[in-house]
Amino acid sequence: MGIKTPRGKRKKESDQDQKIPVKVREVHFEQETEPVNKKGRNTELGIVTYVFVFLFLLMIGYLVYLNVWKADSLNSNAYNTKQDANEDKYIRGSIYSSDGQTLAYTSVADDGTETRIYPYGNVFAHVIGYSSNGKSGLESTSNSDLMTSHTSVLTQLREESEDEKQLADSVYTTLNVTLQQTAYSALGSYNGAVIALEPSTGKILAMVSKPDFDPNQIDEIWESVVNDSSSSVLLNRATQGLYPPGSTFKILTTLAYMRENPSTYSDFTFTCEGTFEESGASIHCYNSKVHGTVDLKTAFAKSCNTTFASIGLSLGNSSLADVCEEFLFNTSLPTTLQHSTSQFTLSESASYGEIMQTAIGQGETLVTPLHMALITATVANDGVMMRPYLVDYIEANDGTLVSETKSSRYKRLMTEEEASVLQEYMEETVISGTATSLGWYDFTVAGKTGSAEYGSDSNGGTHSWFVGYSYDDGGEADLVVVVIAEDGGAGSDTAVPIASQVFQAYYNYVAE
Amino acid sequence: MISLLYQVSKYLMIILMAFYTLQCYTVFRKKDEESRQYLFLRQNMLMFFLHFAAYALIYIQRGDFEVILFYGAQVLYLLLTLILFRVIYPLSSRLLVNNMCMLLSIGFIMIARLDYDECKKQFIIAVAATVLALLIPVIIRKLRFITKMYYAYTLLGIGLLALVAIAAQTTYGSKLSLSIGGFTFQPSEFVKIVYVFAIAGLLQHAKDFRRVVIATVLAAAHVLILVVSKDLGSAVIFFITYLVMVFIATKNPFYTLAGILAGGAGGVGAYFLFSHVRTRVQAWMDPFADYQVKGYQVAQALFSIAAGGWFGTGLYQGSPTAIPVVEQDMIFAAIAEELGGIFGICLILVCMSCFIMFVNIGMQLTNRYYRLVAVGLGTTYAAQVFLTIGGTIKLIPLTGVTLPLVSYGGSSVLSTLIMFAIVQGLYMLRNDEEVGREEKEAQRMAEEQRKQMAGQAGRSPRQPSYYGPNGYPGQNAGTYRSNNYQNPGMYRTNGYQEPDTDFYAAPYSTEEYVQSENDMGSGKKKRRFLRGKNSDSRKN
Repeated sequence: MGIKTPRGKRKKESDQDQKIPVKVREVHFEQETEPVNKKGRNTELGIVTYVFVFLFLLMIGYLVYLNVWKADSLNSNAYNTKQDANEDKYIRGSIYSSDGQTLAYTSVADDGTETRIYPYGNVFAHVIGYSSNGKSGLESTSNSDLMTSHTSVLTQLREESEDEKQLADSVYTTLNVTLQQTAYSALGSYNGAVIALEPSTGKILAMVSKPDFDPNQIDEIWESVVNDSSSSVLLNRATQGLYPPGSTFKILTTLAYMRENPSTYSDFTFTCEGTFEESGASIHCYNSKVHGTVDLKTAFAKSCNTTFASIGLSLGNSSLADVCEEFLFNTSLPTTLQHSTSQFTLSESASYGEIMQTAIGQGETLVTPLHMALITATVANDGVMMRPYLVDYIEANDGTLVSETKSSRYKRLMTEEEASVLQEYMEETVISGTATSLGWYDFTVAGKTGSAEYGSDSNGGTHSWFVGYSYDDGGEADLVVVVIAEDGGAGSDTAVPIASQVFQAYYNYVAE
Repeated sequence: MISLLYQVSKYLMIILMAFYTLQCYTVFRKKDEESRQYLFLRQNMLMFFLHFAAYALIYIQRGDFEVILFYGAQVLYLLLTLILFRVIYPLSSRLLVNNMCMLLSIGFIMIARLDYDECKKQFIIAVAATVLALLIPVIIRKLRFITKMYYAYTLLGIGLLALVAIAAQTTYGSKLSLSIGGFTFQPSEFVKIVYVFAIAGLLQHAKDFRRVVIATVLAAAHVLILVVSKDLGSAVIFFITYLVMVFIATKNPFYTLAGILAGGAGGVGAYFLFSHVRTRVQAWMDPFADYQVKGYQVAQALFSIAAGGWFGTGLYQGSPTAIPVVEQDMIFAAIAEELGGIFGICLILVCMSCFIMFVNIGMQLTNRYYRLVAVGLGTTYAAQVFLTIGGTIKLIPLTGVTLPLVSYGGSSVLSTLIMFAIVQGLYMLRNDEEVGREEKEAQRMAEEQRKQMAGQAGRSPRQPSYYGPNGYPGQNAGTYRSNNYQNPGMYRTNGYQEPDTDFYAAPYSTEEYVQSENDMGSGKKKRRFLRGKNSDSRKN
């Protein structure tokens, strides 16, 4: 029996209603019962149902989101102590370099005591980190991988039956021992950092920070390094050190100027007299050197402060701030590595002095070496920033591949044209500018030096910067090297020779 | 070897749960009664397998013979619940009973793993609550007036909540529970139910604007008292329930819109007025900003969910006890950690199936009042599930309510079982009406028809018990309704001649009735108005 349109009958009833007074109560009745429409559904109930079903599905969606996109960072969160519960089940996994050397492993004595051993001692201290007294470096960010096992069921069964602790998964890094050792010794006794990374992939090949420590001795030296607040030995300066960028910042000032004057920047000229004054504030070139009349390229290559101070004044209110924001100042970098946030402030009411200081990389601006490496890599990689990473892949102890990091593009931050102009300017630095000592090799280097002043005159000094990249025959950039040597003086004096050793070591290694 | 057992059973439990969940929805597609009955039996089997697999692990872990006894008692309880509901109430919705038992057994598993002694308490309360729940449909059937005393419920509800606000113990910063003779109970759990009855009673004649206003004032009073008691979760549940019921009753989206705006304004106001609201919101936005104090609970829950991944760590293989109040507010995180994300998703879907059943039953009820009650109870249930799971997974700020039937908490289990039983009772009541009417009609109709409806077509045969026990009344909704339409006269005479049935039992229905009669001068007009508003089919 189907649903029939009750129309005919209804009509009949209402006729009756009028005739029979007792039927008045129908009116009341109709209020009491819910009339049902043709489809047998009540619209309002339907809406309510859909709303709640949507909310239920939203929860499921969010749970999926947590598992797919958030689980890794939650598992490696510094506060997360979940993995510690696995310590009686697994022996902590090993960490390897890309050339197959062991960077960290756990040795188990006959009585079951476990000791974490770092064969290269101080060389990899910050990047690998330590795993007792808290965790740092890769030991911290890869902790969950190092404390779980993904061996096949058969392997697990066999080891289970032997009633032994299983060896957890191993982490294979992108780090290269040769490059790391070179960078470590090249930095010598300077405090500071060296980073070497591949601009086309984001692979970090070397990361050194000094002052350093021996992670094998971490338990013994813990008290002294923690209590010594002045040296901050445990801080990984490569990712967490905040430095004034000095002249290396001119890469961004140049970009801001090019963007504001797209058709005229190549005709730019300025006459440098060694000093530039505006409304009582003055800027000097390094050692008050007089550069004479320069175009933009020459000013960049020679790192002419007066030119860039005047460019800074000519820039619109927020164009430098816009570029900095786009290049990830005041926000976190696209990486899971623990890092500090670079700072850039230039308010619209800033004084001429502040604007000029900011344009040449002084002022309030602070940057991490890793951040400078990414900016340089973006130029080298024709405008595209790749996400930097340290972990190449994770492998279970029976050889099963657990996971692999695919190099991934973060964003295009400048056009290819902008990148190629900056590349040309950075090459000019090596050809005729502040880094000519890098011009004598089989490979080509392009870069920018920096001499970043910090503190007041009596209690300050100059950090020595170099940021640059190199390429071989192909013309595609192979390697980005960033060096910061604290109190190293001019960039060309200290940072450039350090970078030079790293570049040479790289091409020697590739040739072998 | 044992560790492997944990791993294998973990996957087994996910598979069992997934199949169970699937069947909660495939039942809609089963056309014949027999295959539906088989499906419900299969669901019961899956539940018992799951329960067994988990308790085997609990036994291995604890190595205590008592676990076996406890397990036996639970099996007996679950079996009896399933059988008794079926035997005593052949017309009850079996899917709802199955889901109820499934959620309880998941609770028994997880609470036993987290705190074995608490699980025993939970079990005892569940048994007592089930005995009570088995009586409720009878009470609703025999003592129908009980469901109609909504003015009394209004007073009772506000009184209890006010008492809590004044005299309650403070738990985690909120005033939640009263302690009487050694028993602690949380009145808001029970007030939730009488509140729904009270609002439904007021809104059943929603055309009366005055009643909507009274209902609004009443709801606002409840919500405000709860906010003052810092019981934010309950306050939100009460508010959402009110909104939904007003929407259903008045069919006026503007009331709902105004309500949502007022609620939003209230929420913003609460954020600035109360520091505990700010704390919750801040912990939600970034649990790691103040990890040690404010964000700790949410952060730990997130760590648990992340540690569990899709397949979980296996029972006893994770560390969910690191989460504060895990067995109550955060039990979903513990389930996600040890039983896995897939299991968690299935659990959400089972809860959704319960809600859909509540609404589905509501749709079948022809009586406005009971329909509102069913939908109101369904809303409190769904809102509570959303608040607790959503809060645990950091989708929304944490409000600290329990996951009904799964979380540890006597008041929560008791009130939820009562809620499920009431909905079953309403469902059966409706079936009863059909059957009862059928019989009475048979005698009366001959006479009636002669007198008043001489020209009316004869009755069509009815089949009330056919769609009764299948669990999804929606299947036969069409049949049922077309019956109504074909015999409208029948309904009316019935209503008229039995003043003690639904239509007249309400305290003020007479008043309404008189009103209608007074309007009789313009009766024709009013009737047309009502019809135009109420029935789409008649417009055609």
